[in-house]
Amino acid sequence: MKHLLSTDGLDPAQAVAVLDTADTLKRTLLGREVRKLPTLRGRTVVTMFYENSTRTRVSFEVAGKWMSADVINVSAGGSSVGKGESLRDTALTLSAAGADLVIVRHPASGAAHRLAGWLEGTGTGVVNAGDGMHEHPTQALLDAATLRERLGTIAGRRIAIVGDVLHSRVARSNVHLLTALGAEVVLVAPPTLLPTGVESWPVAVSHELDAELPALDAVMMLRVQAERMHGGFFPSAREYSIAYGLNERRLSLLPEHAVVLHPGPMLRGMEISAFVADSPRAAITEQVRNGVHVRMAVLYHLLAGEEEAA
Amino acid sequence: MMLIKGVRLYGEGDPVDILVRDGVIAEIGPWLDAASTQELTDVEVIDADGQVALPGFVDLHTHLREPGREDTETIATGSAAAALGGYTAVFAMANTDPVADNAVIVEHVWRRGREVGLVDVHPVGAVTVGLKGEKLAELGTMARSQAGVRVFSDDGHCVADPLIMRRALEYTKALDGVIAQHAEEPRLTEGAQAHEGERAARLGLAGWPAAAEESIVARDCLLAKQTGARLHVCHVSTAGTVDVLRWAKERGTKVSAEVTPHHLLLTDERLATYDPVNKVNPPLRTESDVQVLREALAEGVVDCVATDHAPHAPQDKDCEWSAARPGMLGLQTALSIVVETLVRPGLLDWRGVARVMSEKPAEIAGLPDQGRPLMVGEPATLTLVDPHARWTVRGADLASVAGNTPFEGMELPGVVRTTMLRGRVTVSEGKVQP
Amino acid sequence: MAPRVRGATDPAERELLSAGDVARTIARMAHQIIEKTSIGGDDVPGPDARPVVLLGIPSRGAPLARRLVELIAEFSGVRVPVGALDITLYRDDLRRRPNRPLESTTLPPGGIDDCLVVLVDDVLFSGRTIRAALDALRDAGRPAAVQLAVLVDRGHRELPIRADYVGKNVPTSRTEEVQVCLTELDGRDGVYLRREADQ
Repeated sequence: MKHLLSTDGLDPAQAVAVLDTADTLKRTLLGREVRKLPTLRGRTVVTMFYENSTRTRVSFEVAGKWMSADVINVSAGGSSVGKGESLRDTALTLSAAGADLVIVRHPASGAAHRLAGWLEGTGTGVVNAGDGMHEHPTQALLDAATLRERLGTIAGRRIAIVGDVLHSRVARSNVHLLTALGAEVVLVAPPTLLPTGVESWPVAVSHELDAELPALDAVMMLRVQAERMHGGFFPSAREYSIAYGLNERRLSLLPEHAVVLHPGPMLRGMEISAFVADSPRAAITEQVRNGVHVRMAVLYHLLAGEEEAA
Repeated sequence: MMLIKGVRLYGEGDPVDILVRDGVIAEIGPWLDAASTQELTDVEVIDADGQVALPGFVDLHTHLREPGREDTETIATGSAAAALGGYTAVFAMANTDPVADNAVIVEHVWRRGREVGLVDVHPVGAVTVGLKGEKLAELGTMARSQAGVRVFSDDGHCVADPLIMRRALEYTKALDGVIAQHAEEPRLTEGAQAHEGERAARLGLAGWPAAAEESIVARDCLLAKQTGARLHVCHVSTAGTVDVLRWAKERGTKVSAEVTPHHLLLTDERLATYDPVNKVNPPLRTESDVQVLREALAEGVVDCVATDHAPHAPQDKDCEWSAARPGMLGLQTALSIVVETLVRPGLLDWRGVARVMSEKPAEIAGLPDQGRPLMVGEPATLTLVDPHARWTVRGADLASVAGNTPFEGMELPGVVRTTMLRGRVTVSEGKVQP
Repeated sequence: MAPRVRGATDPAERELLSAGDVARTIARMAHQIIEKTSIGGDDVPGPDARPVVLLGIPSRGAPLARRLVELIAEFSGVRVPVGALDITLYRDDLRRRPNRPLESTTLPPGGIDDCLVVLVDDVLFSGRTIRAALDALRDAGRPAAVQLAVLVDRGHRELPIRADYVGKNVPTSRTEEVQVCLTELDGRDGVYLRREADQ
């Protein structure tokens, strides 16, 4: 594996291998005083974040450092990027300066794919940490890891993704990965927040959250941005919350074993109530914890192995 | 004097020779060099055995980028590209920098085109000042200028305000002019990146819905009917627009429409690589849109082909999709794409090619000396095409300064061998004659 | 390494230890460990006595360690804690080989702090695996002392490492390969010598 750009087209066996590695890494580090492994010593990882994100960036940084890689963070403001240097030039510069891997988050869909194209032949790999509305593969992997942990299996489970699917890269990545791993996925959203052609996706679609809850093994709540109100996607935060918010009443409609996930950051009171966010049914902190191990596993699979022919 | 030997007029009948004198077709007939009653001394011979003779092509929609973006194209390089593509007249869109919304700019473009002398460059005048869509530009002054502007367009932008569009349509009636509308309701396409369909949705690219084009076309057709004015629709891209045009024409609306070569061949399947060479406005649509457009062009519901030739600098294409500027080169590949998508499948014969690439555009623009029949007494403004030859498209080898062609590496049929403008050979053996 | 498929005996392969030999060798090693570490010896543990823990290095070191623990229990009545220590993450040759899947590291419930850890592996060769195991051990806890038990020592050490308990010393050339088969992973017991060209 040279790049991780998307879960669309990711070999399920490869995905499972990453999840297994993450699991092993988690158990290896459990209870240890020194949470560090020498495996990626001497490898240089650069994070290029063109969108503000503390949680994902820190997660990748911790993952890299726990594997003893050298991690360097480049953010858009206060760098040559802010002076108008093109994405391509920035990437080639970082590669020439010695990056073995570039982890990129960018507001343009397709940015990671373009980067991988420009870096062809340099030996530098690319991890997509979120490109526009397109994909966020490590998020889907850590969600899958959390589901596997809580539910035992993913195959045959029924999982709902609720909220602004249209604009969500987390939703897209999860749809590809969960269906590839054998889960049944149902998307729940108002019609304005569903992508064109969603009928051709391998998912069920519903506009009624209450009707779906009793049959679910897990529900993934997506963040809904208030700006969407101005684009006319829904009339008001109140109406959205009433129809699609996961509150205490809805939590009781879910089966006992069902898990609640959220990619964060949460808008408490909007898509998820404080009660639900803090309940033991919510696996949100586990998601974050798993995020580090999953990202360590991704780094391991991309960097610890024979140098692929450049 | 020039003797063109062995062509088939409109690809029909037996081969004939054409004698050109003083810029005019003097004689047409078989074996002229043997049979001619005139003294054929000092004659330049063009051996056009097996080639098809067509009237010179007219492009109603080109971006020559001068003034303002000479790093991507100039009137000189654009004229060369046009001539190589078999064009003898091009209409240069007004979204230059500064905008061609006054007589000074259009006269500059017109004069420069004459200086270069490879094709007739007709500047298009902006409809509104600065293309802002708020205030009418001095259409009359531009019409009465040396450039003689008859086609007005805010292309790049839609004249979205219905009142402004109405006034513009009415005003041009007195100028014998036509408004060429870039149909795109801006409120429906804010932030749009690609055709609003399944493929863009999957790739996370914001959608440009078909209805954003169709709703403006419908509105403008109604306004044109009401005012009795002439409307021209730029770069038709959807099957729905074709339906609207058919309806409008049936009820007697004075509307004409053009389609680009790329909308006759390419679809949104091209999005998968995120390569912005495929980014264009209006965007590439679906296979069924492409099929409907081909049939509509053959039928005449869509009147003509126009390239929307749009050169862009490497830094505007060698980037992530959302940062790229939309637009593709088109002048040198237009004929080949028409051959590939319409002539080869039998939808259009060479007479049809003459109609959609020369006669109809000349008629819409009101050009008296272009798109004329290939007959004695008519201007010797024609294009000779080798219908059987094939060529491979290489952006770097094209005459334009920019190289952003989506057809890079494709092998296409139909090669322009000779282009002639009023008796002057502008392109010979595929090379520009300075 | 993924267990290689071990099929029918190859004529270019030479058997070094038969199934019976393997059993006897492991039993002898169990006795040696009991004696040297004083497992279940004195009624009152002396001041130097430390709890013994066996850690097998996957793949084949792990079942070997478990067998040793069974035999030690049988011979001494003491059931010594056992675990596995995967060293993939500590290897120094990761960049030279295809990406390898990780095996399990499971420390016994009491941990390894202040214990005498006996590392168990099937073949001792260059010593790099053991060196990686020492690094892994250091990050896993603080053993009081570390010893090494191997079924086969084939020589050609590249590091100053030696085994405390050796099942069999087998002189080899560098191009030869020693294959240990264990029922738990390969369906049968045996140790074979093979020339590189035969693979």
